[in-house]
Amino acid sequence: MVSREKKLKIKDISWLTLVLLLSVLPLIPGFTANSFRMHIMILIMLYASMAQAWNIIGGYCGQVSFGHSVFFGIGAYGAGMAVVTYGGTPWLGIIIGMILAACVAVIISYPCFKLSGHYFAIATFAIVEIFNRGFLVWDWIGGALGLDYPIIEEGLKNFMWHNTKTPYYYLALLIFVLIFSIVRWLEGHRFGYYMRAVRDGQETAESLGVNSTAIKLTAMALSASMAALCGSFFVQYNLRVDPPMVMSLDTSMKFVLVTILGGSGTLAGPLLGAAVLVPLQEYTRAFWGGLGGGVDLIIFGLLIIIIVVKQPAGMIGILQYIQKAFKKTKLQEVK
Amino acid sequence: METFIQVLIDGLLSGMVYALVAAGLCLIWGVMDIINFAHGEYLMIAMYVSYWLGFLANIDPVISVVASGVFIFIIGVLTYKLIIRFTIGRPGLVALLATFGLAMFLKNFCMNRFTPNFRILSGTWLGDKTFQLGGLIFPVPQLAAGLLALIVVGIIYLIISTTKFGWAVQATAMDKEAAELMGINTEKIYVLIFGIGGACVGIAGGIMPTYLAVHPEVGSMFGLIAFVCVAMGGFGSIPGALLAGLLVGVVEALAGFYIAPVFKYIAVFALYLAVVFLRPKGIFGW
Repeated sequence: MVSREKKLKIKDISWLTLVLLLSVLPLIPGFTANSFRMHIMILIMLYASMAQAWNIIGGYCGQVSFGHSVFFGIGAYGAGMAVVTYGGTPWLGIIIGMILAACVAVIISYPCFKLSGHYFAIATFAIVEIFNRGFLVWDWIGGALGLDYPIIEEGLKNFMWHNTKTPYYYLALLIFVLIFSIVRWLEGHRFGYYMRAVRDGQETAESLGVNSTAIKLTAMALSASMAALCGSFFVQYNLRVDPPMVMSLDTSMKFVLVTILGGSGTLAGPLLGAAVLVPLQEYTRAFWGGLGGGVDLIIFGLLIIIIVVKQPAGMIGILQYIQKAFKKTKLQEVK
Repeated sequence: METFIQVLIDGLLSGMVYALVAAGLCLIWGVMDIINFAHGEYLMIAMYVSYWLGFLANIDPVISVVASGVFIFIIGVLTYKLIIRFTIGRPGLVALLATFGLAMFLKNFCMNRFTPNFRILSGTWLGDKTFQLGGLIFPVPQLAAGLLALIVVGIIYLIISTTKFGWAVQATAMDKEAAELMGINTEKIYVLIFGIGGACVGIAGGIMPTYLAVHPEVGSMFGLIAFVCVAMGGFGSIPGALLAGLLVGVVEALAGFYIAPVFKYIAVFALYLAVVFLRPKGIFGW
């Protein structure tokens, strides 16, 4: 009886944190107008959304894909083409990009899912490199020069603001909440259980009647379209895109790193990972980037090694450790 | 026809070097089931070692190849002792991300110390020499590098398949716990394998400054190609890595010459996809 009460309390605390977070996050622009801090908040939201998109296929379904920069790039080019080449609003481009990314994901993943372990990982590397180089020589989408945004009227219609970062922040928050609620919904839904069953034992799941290929393909398509949405936000924020910027292994690694550092296969992991990694990256760049020659990246690389080696379960592992220690002291007090 | 054979020879020569880089990765992958993301960066460091020995001490790359091999052996052992040791027995992704961090560290460290400039070693014994054979041109530096690579791959293969140490390595790769019960010190095997895997790439990198410019980004592409070769050849199979390396070299040269230079890597990666879609465990995998 006692333990059940305690469990209830911990659940209450986590819900309270969520509600608190959701009520505080929209207020942040009211506290600070500092554009660097705003930039960091936007990046945290963007990276958390990217990581959560990857989490669907990588964390919950157990397929470690290094190919998400392809979908990110397709989303970015969808919005970019709509604005730069066709001179319209980016919204239609964003939707087309998301659909296209889902289709591409299904087409390239179907043969790849036959591969296992490192063979799958390296196949996704290979696909990123093929797309990267293919886009570099494809003149219709701007080739190696990329797409440069013209300066057009600001507002929601054009998804573009010139003087303030606040609207970008709210849109990033919206995307973040959207992807998080999708994943939250999946966690309790039948499909989410199927995904976790495929991750934990594909043969066992299949013997119970789960169509593992269909589950994996659906999860991949969903994950890819979410990654494309993040990509189109990135290009609207950045106002410039070229192939190495979006379709590189480094971008793919960001998807994976943030999720793994936060805790893959958990709802809060991607947010935790982004909340730690983005400030680390941006502040090391701000403090040491000016010294010349990548001192920031040297330190960043070292930090990645230390975090990965010391805490393989991610930030969420640290939280659980603290929770356990807290429980222990409580028990001792009772005794 | 002569052009075709010439292109083929160029491809084979670069393929032999790919095979040596891949053989080092193949050992590590086969024995420990780890993708070492910093493998390309080892190559870059080996090239810098050879370059600086040549530039500052006037030692020719042909000799300093030994020094760079030993240097990367030590770096490999250090990597194992400081990082990889803690990731054994955990999901494969942990070691991959840790070595990704290491790759980032090494690349930017060299960027910081040596600047991103391209550095070319001139006036070496082999540099810029060619010899002709019935209308075909053989560039001497590439030929020497290719032959050296073939010899080293052969020696590694012989060590693994015929010596007592090699059998211990094979046993460890098959079943770590059973090997330990048979009295094999698997920890020592792991250290040595990481060192030897590093030494392979160190030797390849040591000879390369005779024909390739050195810069901090030079290793990335070689690292990726090594992954592709190892996976294409099949899990931990050195003959597979050799065959895949040669195949990659030839396809790269042919696509670069007959289609367009931008397409050479597209062709290489498409070849990998085609091979693993037909044989999901690589050519020699099972």
